[in-house]
Amino acid sequence: MKSKFMLTALAGTALVATSALAEDVTLTVESWRNDDLTLWQDKIIPAFEASHPGIKVKFTPSAPTEYNAVLNSKLDAGSAGDLITCRPFGASLALFEAGHLADLDDMDAMGNFSDVAKSAWQTDDGSASFCVPMASVIHGFIYNKDAFEELGLDVPTTEDEFFAALETIKEDGSYIPMAMGTNDQWEAATMGYNNIGPNYWKGEEGRKALIAGEQKLTDAQWVAPFETLAKWADYLGDGFEAQTYPDSQNIFTLGRAAIYPAGSWEISGFNAQADFEMGAFKPPVKAAGDTCYISDHTDIGIGMNASTEHPEAAQTFLSWVASPEFASIFGNALPGFFPLSNAPVEMNDPLAKEFVSWRGECESTIRSTYQILSRGTPNLENETWGASAAAIKGTETPEALAEKLQAGLANWYAPQQ
Amino acid sequence: MQLPRVRWHIAVFLTPAVLIYSTVMIFPLFNTLRLALYAKVDQERVFVGLENFRTLFFDPIWSEQFWNALGNNFWFFLIHMLVQNPVGIALAALLSHPRLRFAALYRSAIFIPTVLSFVIVGFAWKLILSPIWGIAPSMLDAVGLKSLFAPWLGKEEYALTTLAMISVWQFVGIPMMLIYAALLSIPEEILEAGEIDGVTGLAAFWKIKLPLILPSIGIISILTFVGNFNAFDLIYAAQGALAGPDFSTDILGTFMYRTFFGFQLQLGDPHMGSAIAGAMFAIILVGVCLYLFGIQTRMRRYQL
Repeated sequence: MKSKFMLTALAGTALVATSALAEDVTLTVESWRNDDLTLWQDKIIPAFEASHPGIKVKFTPSAPTEYNAVLNSKLDAGSAGDLITCRPFGASLALFEAGHLADLDDMDAMGNFSDVAKSAWQTDDGSASFCVPMASVIHGFIYNKDAFEELGLDVPTTEDEFFAALETIKEDGSYIPMAMGTNDQWEAATMGYNNIGPNYWKGEEGRKALIAGEQKLTDAQWVAPFETLAKWADYLGDGFEAQTYPDSQNIFTLGRAAIYPAGSWEISGFNAQADFEMGAFKPPVKAAGDTCYISDHTDIGIGMNASTEHPEAAQTFLSWVASPEFASIFGNALPGFFPLSNAPVEMNDPLAKEFVSWRGECESTIRSTYQILSRGTPNLENETWGASAAAIKGTETPEALAEKLQAGLANWYAPQQ
Repeated sequence: MQLPRVRWHIAVFLTPAVLIYSTVMIFPLFNTLRLALYAKVDQERVFVGLENFRTLFFDPIWSEQFWNALGNNFWFFLIHMLVQNPVGIALAALLSHPRLRFAALYRSAIFIPTVLSFVIVGFAWKLILSPIWGIAPSMLDAVGLKSLFAPWLGKEEYALTTLAMISVWQFVGIPMMLIYAALLSIPEEILEAGEIDGVTGLAAFWKIKLPLILPSIGIISILTFVGNFNAFDLIYAAQGALAGPDFSTDILGTFMYRTFFGFQLQLGDPHMGSAIAGAMFAIILVGVCLYLFGIQTRMRRYQL
């Protein structure tokens, strides 16, 4: 009696399982953007599922700093999702070389992207692309418009004006001049060094020369950003050494600070939190009229797990991600993540519009440490975090820091030896 | 003249434990040690012998990080030995005082942090010590000592000591409980005999109780040693995998995690990670052996 029951139960589950398989394919997306969970669930996934019946999508993000570690172990264990959000450059290239990411060159939709957009997810010779570019982020400074009006400040365009403005805010005393901490270290490098740096090393020119070995990190244009960062310390809040990234975000959105060194990814979060008007200005240049350079960093792509059980469905999803429809949903649902596709996207958010307008005025570049230079040990990106934090805290001189970074890079990177 | 019966029940009772222990402890341990002898070259895993250990100890970049982590680990351990254990013993001595009121309340209150998760402890203390929202600056301000406050977790020179003290706060209940139990097991007659000979109060503690609880102190020391050299959670929860500022709180556990699993743009290297894990295992093994053969066998025991 009992065994008969078990049999029917087994048959029943088997039937259910097969019928589910025939009806719906579920694709799982691995990502580090846990901030975007609601946007995916409320906007992106419904839009896709509406036009593609039969494919269900599940967005399963993990914490940003843990993403690479988690993803790598999942891939090795064979339990990773079908679609993989790609970090730019080294990390994804390693996944492709290890056979975890599928080659996407045959996909027609890849034609919607410029070579620059694709470069973050290609082999060094450009022969294979393995992720669909999703978005880039632009660096700059977000400021509290109310505070600037109250203090009668204009938006600074040169470095002298920038520090003069900071000095005015400091003297007035009602606002912390700039909200940033060094506790988590990466803000110092990402929102500090790589934010203001391109103006010194002239964007792509310096970045490519560094990769080619024609410039060194000890050259004046690479030391200067550290010297400027060292001057920031006076204008950060009390105890900035132990101030974390969420602390800085909160200080700014609570209206306690006037300026926030930012990446455009902050926009949607800040829009929800802050009840004052915000504006943005690009990294100040040395002298009025200098060419400006901005970090317009290819930050997110999405690729296909090479061992996915549903390659067709995954390809369908990726083609949709490459379409103008996705670009417009994504660009407007997540203001601050700027779609990379060739189709022009109309932005609604004023702050995002401000950021993206710099693309027309300035030369774009990407973060200096990301391409090729962070492949060896010691890892240049991680070292730059520590060095930038140390520069701001003044624990070491800019020259000594540059010396250390250069020595680390020369340790494994042949063109710099 | 019967043959001794085969005592099946011994095997039957042992098997589940042996099986589980082997699969989840012994096999992974030796497999990790084996993994340390390989390296990945062009997507192939190749046997390299002790090459990873040579890199770890002699390559300037790796060895600097390794010795930094090891040094920090010793400092972490030292703080526990100098603060946690003496305080634990003192608390136990106070608690075992027969005329102390509310002893049970104090005992539970001091022990509670031990059962909290590292994540909660790390997060709570980060908030308490935060220069922006924390209660530490305002409490110091209230007693006029604001000038003593510093963003401790963000300063190279204080961060590790601060974290060690947080860990002491969390775990002081364990030595306290063990010593408390040892103190309670000392028979009244011995103490009374001492009293008749004129040994009372503090002298009774130093001359009678302390020698009797020395074996417990030894056990606590070795537990602290193993716990500290395996530590990872608190540092990771409070400072992240990069163990900032500038690696000043990096201990072997965080160094291994970062190497094994990778961090940000740094890719994980399971083989070097295993080499570090192997080194940690060796350090703990040597420490435990030194204790077992060097100290415990020489310790005098008293028949109570």
